[in-house]
Amino acid sequence: MTDTATQNPVHDWIAKSVAEHPVILFMKGEPEQPRCGFSAVTVQILDHLGVEFVGVDVLQSEPLREGIKTFSDWPTIPQLYVKGEFVGGCDIVKEMFQSGELKTMLEEQGLLTA
Amino acid sequence: MPMSQPDLEAALRDGFPDAEIEITDLAGDGDHYKARIVSSAFKGLPRVRQHQLVYAALKGRMGGELHALALETSAPA
Repeated sequence: MTDTATQNPVHDWIAKSVAEHPVILFMKGEPEQPRCGFSAVTVQILDHLGVEFVGVDVLQSEPLREGIKTFSDWPTIPQLYVKGEFVGGCDIVKEMFQSGELKTMLEEQGLLTA
Repeated sequence: MPMSQPDLEAALRDGFPDAEIEITDLAGDGDHYKARIVSSAFKGLPRVRQHQLVYAALKGRMGGELHALALETSAPA
């Protein structure tokens, strides 16, 4: 998709955000007050690990809520990005947390001190 | 707009003919399911790609008709 006419400004904004913030969670509600159980669980895991992250409330913007789904080709929210890479939604984050994989990955990326 | 368990199972069977599929209706409301899918299609793929294949099999109904589908995917051992 090199045609500039088809570029989605929301995708540009998302790309810039995931590049700027090492750990960013697109979620429903604010990290302090999630408005969906799946977002809440994901926030709890990140808080438990003690990693700093930026939470973006997609409920504030309908274009963002739709744009994040097409950006990652992922139909649901929350979505976690680490160092610009899409990690997964609630199920994957939970599975990676339980196996210790998430902590290891964050440590390897220098985002958590071992 | 809930999706019935047989509809969900049929869509997954279409997408993964060889798979072992087990669906649990988590809330009894036809809107919150858990699916465990074991298929050779997942072999060697990272989890994000595995789940994307499942969403592709559901042809856009995930996130719309279907609000919640907890996924557990793996390749046969």
